[in-house]
Amino acid sequence: MKTLLNVVVLLLASTLGLALGWSMLDLPVAAVRLPEQVTAQLDMSGVAHPVTAVLLNFRGYDTLLEIAVLLAALLGMLALPRHVAGRENRPVPASTMLQTLARLLVPLMVLVAGYVLWAGAYQPGGAFQAGAVLAGAGVLLHLAGLLPAWVTLGQTLRAGLAVGLLVFIAVGAAVMAQGTLLQYPPDWAGALILAIEANLTLSIGLILAGLYLVLTNSGERA
Amino acid sequence: MIFDLLLAAALLWSAAQALTTPDLFRAVVLFIIFGLLMALAWVRLNAPDIALAEAAIGAGLTGALLLDAVGHLRKKQRERSP
Repeated sequence: MKTLLNVVVLLLASTLGLALGWSMLDLPVAAVRLPEQVTAQLDMSGVAHPVTAVLLNFRGYDTLLEIAVLLAALLGMLALPRHVAGRENRPVPASTMLQTLARLLVPLMVLVAGYVLWAGAYQPGGAFQAGAVLAGAGVLLHLAGLLPAWVTLGQTLRAGLAVGLLVFIAVGAAVMAQGTLLQYPPDWAGALILAIEANLTLSIGLILAGLYLVLTNSGERA
Repeated sequence: MIFDLLLAAALLWSAAQALTTPDLFRAVVLFIIFGLLMALAWVRLNAPDIALAEAAIGAGLTGALLLDAVGHLRKKQRERSP
């Protein structure tokens, strides 16, 4: 019975796979050549890397909504009942080896995050990757027993979680004076994008680390 | 060309192994390996931006989360059967 079910599932899955592959090959040629348009407008965007230009300028709206979704996900997790009452929140100290390694690596990771953020203007990189590196540093600190899980979130932490979205909205609203939401004036675009990205990096790092540090606390700790 | 074929084969192999192995810890490690190979595949496809995100989030953060979950499960199991 079970093997029969497996065969059926396998058949269905391979049919889906084949259909997907076939329809990919069968896709019509796009009517608009987007890469050329991006290249043509790149000088106006304030950055030299096409992906960053699309994410933060041409399609900034999408990125704004993305950070809003991330923040909403974390807020949803915070709303879940967590076992906090009377529970000691002392991190379990890890081996000396791991602790030393974490102490050595975390400053480097912060440096790398800063570099990835800055490099995003002209080569692959940007706020999301930099934020992920920051979050990785936070997780490493927690695993090494140097950073406690987030039982209660203080004012500073809350501000850090929200600052990316708030600055993004503030910039979007400020440039709205001259017409469209999130349409930066070309002279200012570079500086505005860097300001948004710096705040986004901090918030993304905290939110991604939070998905881990808040969750860790929800299970029983032995 | 040979490298790409090897990469594709390794991707399929690690994905299949991660899904079929009965040992959870092994599955997580294979998942991380899959993520790193996937990042390489993105580089080969000329998408370094996605490769960075895949390596940092797909392999790094998700891997750490899953490893932590396995640790919690093991702890619970030990408590249940001392």
